[in-house]
Amino acid sequence: MKKLLILGGGTAGTMMANKLRKALEREEWDITLVDKHRTHYYQPGFLFIPFGIYKREDVVKPKGDFFPPGLTIFYSNIDLIKAEENLVILEGGKVLNYDYLIIATGTQIRPDETPGLKDKLWYKNIFDFYTIEGALALRNHLKTWEGGKLVVCISELPFKCPVAPLEFVFLAEAFFTEKGIRDKVDITFVTPLPGAFTKPIATRMLSELLVDKNIKVETDFYLEHIDNDGKKLVSYDEREIEFDLLTIVPVNMGDELIARSGLGDDMNYVPTDKHTLQSKAHENIFVIGDAADLPTSKAGSVAHFAGDILFENLMNKIEGRPMTAKFDGHANCYIETGYGKGALIDFNYETEPLPGTFPLPGVGPFGLLKNTKINHYGKIIFRWIYWHILLRGKEMPIESEMTMAGKKRIPY
Amino acid sequence: MAEKTIAGVNLSVSDEGYLQNPDQWTKEIAEEIAGELNIQLSDKHYEVIDFLRNQHKQGTPLTIRKVGKSGIVDIKGFYTLFPGGPLKYSSKIAGIPKPASCV
Repeated sequence: MKKLLILGGGTAGTMMANKLRKALEREEWDITLVDKHRTHYYQPGFLFIPFGIYKREDVVKPKGDFFPPGLTIFYSNIDLIKAEENLVILEGGKVLNYDYLIIATGTQIRPDETPGLKDKLWYKNIFDFYTIEGALALRNHLKTWEGGKLVVCISELPFKCPVAPLEFVFLAEAFFTEKGIRDKVDITFVTPLPGAFTKPIATRMLSELLVDKNIKVETDFYLEHIDNDGKKLVSYDEREIEFDLLTIVPVNMGDELIARSGLGDDMNYVPTDKHTLQSKAHENIFVIGDAADLPTSKAGSVAHFAGDILFENLMNKIEGRPMTAKFDGHANCYIETGYGKGALIDFNYETEPLPGTFPLPGVGPFGLLKNTKINHYGKIIFRWIYWHILLRGKEMPIESEMTMAGKKRIPY
Repeated sequence: MAEKTIAGVNLSVSDEGYLQNPDQWTKEIAEEIAGELNIQLSDKHYEVIDFLRNQHKQGTPLTIRKVGKSGIVDIKGFYTLFPGGPLKYSSKIAGIPKPASCV
């Protein structure tokens, strides 16, 4: 019996388990998945919780509902990956060996990495929205908040879902307007990047929206610590920004397991070939989703597109063929902009987000780099697609490789 | 893409003035770019520049945090050496491409 082991049952791990269980004979292949949690969170939905658009039950389902029959599952912490010996040791000492290993252990927020962040203001005046706990605590705070300085700050790159903090300020602006207290709220978006987003053309479009909505932007701000008594952000070059309410994107790092096992870089991400998705250090280890050090977004859409490539390459490898499938870094992100509208970006390693239509050239229905109602519906419908199609590893009507069809090249 | 003469050498540079070919880099070029940025290069600056060039050669994506963990300088010190935009300015002086901020 050959053994395939998947570490992590989030978006990427669950999808791979579904794809591979269908393709590999049960008599020949044992497929095992390990995850420490029993609950699957629809993470794109966290963004909506602080504003009362989604509730807890809208983003939570048991992980077990999405695993295929014929998959062996351990709900357990993992002590160590011993890559040289092809084995994984679970907490308590159980040993799992493997012929092939897929690492899908994701990325986590690490507020403890920033001095003063997880201190006396944490979950009182400072919140994250990358955990269910943070999103719910922020929702409770916003119910009675009467206004003041709202600051949204990105601590470090890379972080999960690069558009989420922008969506957060857009939704917050609409939330306070609808509540009738917009004039009492001063919104500032603070980023270590030189602009609102990482790519020039999208930055231009998003910056215009920020100006329209009277949201201030502080760029090149690299957070060093939080001054709890002064309620201030302090950067390495000693700039200070005061806040009454801070929504923070804490430092993101890969799982500690990766560091313990000697498989990570300084941020605990696994060095991975950006085209084949094979670990650079071990030929029988593949990496998918946020756990990899790929130079593209840490996002579910990336994991989804990469999943098709990983599946093809792993099957090639198992059946003795060269690994011909190449991941292009494809990402596709809906950006909520408030008032029932949204924008959409579609890009890869080489091509930055461009204007146009998606997925059908000239038709759409979605507009790239345009702020429309239909894009917002795309995001809303996506939750259904996520639970019913994407996680189950079924075919989506979007190619994993990015296409230029429907996109317009424009000058900066 | 543009052409620029730096320290008497004709070089192809990006629109923002980053060298396209790190192999063409010399200390004279570094001095001239640093001068444009009002930075006086010390031995410490060169240690950082060597580190960046080596990391770039190995294909490692660079971040401010990575430089801060290099053992050469901490993040605050990095800001003191290259005020305003430590990674951008040091990369420019080191003759390597502008660090691709993560997407």
